[in-house]
Amino acid sequence: MSRQPSKKRSAASGKRNGRAAANGVSADSGRLLGWYRDMLLIRRFEERAGQMYGMGLIGGFCHLYIGQEAVVVGIQACLGERDSVVTGYRDHGHMLAAGMEARGVMAELTGREGGYSRGKGGSMHMFSREKNFFGGHGIVAAQVPIGVGLGFSHRYRGEDGVSVVYFGDGAANQGQVYESFNLAALWELPVLFVIENNKYGMGTSVSRAAAGSALHARGSGFAIPGRLVDGMDVRSVHAAASEAVAEARSGRPAILEMETYRYRGHSMSDPAKYRTREEVNRMRRDRDPIERLRHVLESEGHADADALKAVDAEIREIVVDAAQFAEQSPEPDPSELHTDVLLEA
Amino acid sequence: MPVAVTMPALSPTMTEGTLAKWLVAEGDRVSPGDVLAEIETDKATMEVEAVDEGIVASLAVPEGAEGIEVNATILWLRGEGENADAVPAAEAPSPVAKAPPPAPAQPGREASKPKPEPAPEADYRGETVEMTVREALRDAMAEEMRRDEAVFVMGEEVAEYEGAYKVTQGLLAEFGARRVRDTPITEHGFAGLGVGAAFGGLRPVVEFMTFNFAMQAVDQIVNSAAKTFYMSGGQMGCPIVFRGPNGAASRVAAQHSQCYASWYAHVPGLIVVSPFSAADAKGLLKSAIRNPNPVIFLENEILYGQRGAVPTDPDRTVPIGRAKVLRPGKDVTIVAFSRMCAVALEAAETLAEDGIDAEVIDLRTLRPLDRDTIAASIRKTNRIVSVEEGWPVAGIGSEIAAIAMEDAFDWLDAPVVRVTGEDVPMPYAANLEALALPDAARIAAAARTVCYA
Repeated sequence: MSRQPSKKRSAASGKRNGRAAANGVSADSGRLLGWYRDMLLIRRFEERAGQMYGMGLIGGFCHLYIGQEAVVVGIQACLGERDSVVTGYRDHGHMLAAGMEARGVMAELTGREGGYSRGKGGSMHMFSREKNFFGGHGIVAAQVPIGVGLGFSHRYRGEDGVSVVYFGDGAANQGQVYESFNLAALWELPVLFVIENNKYGMGTSVSRAAAGSALHARGSGFAIPGRLVDGMDVRSVHAAASEAVAEARSGRPAILEMETYRYRGHSMSDPAKYRTREEVNRMRRDRDPIERLRHVLESEGHADADALKAVDAEIREIVVDAAQFAEQSPEPDPSELHTDVLLEA
Repeated sequence: MPVAVTMPALSPTMTEGTLAKWLVAEGDRVSPGDVLAEIETDKATMEVEAVDEGIVASLAVPEGAEGIEVNATILWLRGEGENADAVPAAEAPSPVAKAPPPAPAQPGREASKPKPEPAPEADYRGETVEMTVREALRDAMAEEMRRDEAVFVMGEEVAEYEGAYKVTQGLLAEFGARRVRDTPITEHGFAGLGVGAAFGGLRPVVEFMTFNFAMQAVDQIVNSAAKTFYMSGGQMGCPIVFRGPNGAASRVAAQHSQCYASWYAHVPGLIVVSPFSAADAKGLLKSAIRNPNPVIFLENEILYGQRGAVPTDPDRTVPIGRAKVLRPGKDVTIVAFSRMCAVALEAAETLAEDGIDAEVIDLRTLRPLDRDTIAASIRKTNRIVSVEEGWPVAGIGSEIAAIAMEDAFDWLDAPVVRVTGEDVPMPYAANLEALALPDAARIAAAARTVCYA
């Protein structure tokens, strides 16, 4: 956590705290509580999805985001309606943070008609034009040039939208990432690259996959600035993203490497032989983004126990409702097999 | 003894060129490497350098002369002290050793000579103008860019260079660098960028310098462009055109001479078009750009210089998914696409001499195939031969054979015969390359086989 960018961030958040104090604590408190809520929604949603997978209600690949919640919540908090988002296959958290309905996401996981892709996409392939969420892509790193293309479309139309592209430490070794860096920098496109470094690409640790562990520095050959951020602390993420999004919006692409951790396996069928139980437990105990924010909320007086309980209850209700909806929504009609292959000209 | 300098072949498919500018005059002394003239081809303007030392005795063709065939003498050089009068007047080409080696004659080159082509769609009564396939493709893009601000063109050398094959000539001047984008050599990257731009509401026309290079981008084409509409439950369409030359050109060997028709035709979510005539090139490219789906538009380098009558009406398009009967006949059906249509028509003429009346069909769209037109023709002729440049295994011809069985089995009087490229990587040697590609003789022989003639 203690890195150069963090110092910068501390200064920035100190300033913000000062401003918040002048206006009364409510604005900052409301925001922090909102982040707590958004992270908790992802956590509880994913726990429920894991449970439903175990019950056979969800099939195929299912990659849970548990542990990484602060990354997407901190970044999405810097974006507006005009901005677009694209990510890889560990995407449920991104969809919830982009404002997509828990019901529609869960029903897609169960492969039902009520899912965002009407049951045809599954865990890795969901989209929402309304929320400018462009997937959900199952091929590692394929979303990266797509995200650059979304940035291109913002620029082409003369709008000031930013395209945020999420990808993992595993994807960071794919060639098309560097083709994308080159194009984004060359054409001065409004793109923010977010590398979610959760330490393992499936079962391979970063040190065994990447020559040079500084993934945030991988844009240096293209003059794309990169920063390493504590991705387990939502305030650090938000502070770094505020600056990087502003940079990107002005046509200077940026990279943020989020140091984060997934508690669960790569997918549901992960033997977890590549790391120790102690390592996972230590991260959960010392770095958990939700517990850390909860501590801040309580110790700094932003929220009392009742307020936090109310959030817990609200989230539980949303997730239970989503799970029920996803179980009850019918499977797609057999006639759906042949629809949506081509658009009518 | 005077030495002739001849018109060089400056590209694998060049058959003639224009002498754009003389950079030497009679009496000038030249050394090897000196630039003698600028030659304009259908693709580029290039310089011709002297190979020998000498004094320019005479210029055999005037500046601005067009249509000078490869190997024709353009200039005579004489040695020191040689009599200028000894130089012969323009005559037969001198030995080729005095000029950069020209491409040897081979079947592929036949097609680049202007040939009559069928009139545009019967229902078109408007104005037409004679132009090349290359110009027709350019006009299609220009018209659609005028019509829709969301259309832009992107690819290697499409803007300032005006296209590696000059297909995008003039687009940068009219539409500017915002809409005509030179990309770095980064097929995977710019194909993916195009897909993202299409998701973002634009209508990219992505040029691959050749489809051989699109192999680097095939994941984005298949996994991202073709499948997303389905995977999103009909939410996220991808209106994009991937276009460029496909198949064998001439003497560019295995990695630059592959036909990708059956590869892309295999993929649900893609539309695959491969025009033959100039009119169809324009009308189908316009349809492709207006189409809300990803379209693979397979052109052919050797056809770029082919001329034909092309409708000028900017609202005129050619429908995707419809084949065209190029030559009606009653005895045997020959289906082909792209350059092979020319070879099939040539075969049909040979067959006519033997009293076999062949019907030649230009498939034009390879996905979806026009099954109705194919089946209707079989019901008439009871025999079918398919022709393609690509490999035989799981090729377009395999699909044609399946359609013949599925839709017209009871009308078939002979098994379907496929004429395809040979099942080998394309060789470089001129004679082997010619052997690897279908020619009129092989098509005619196949037609005779199904006619039991």
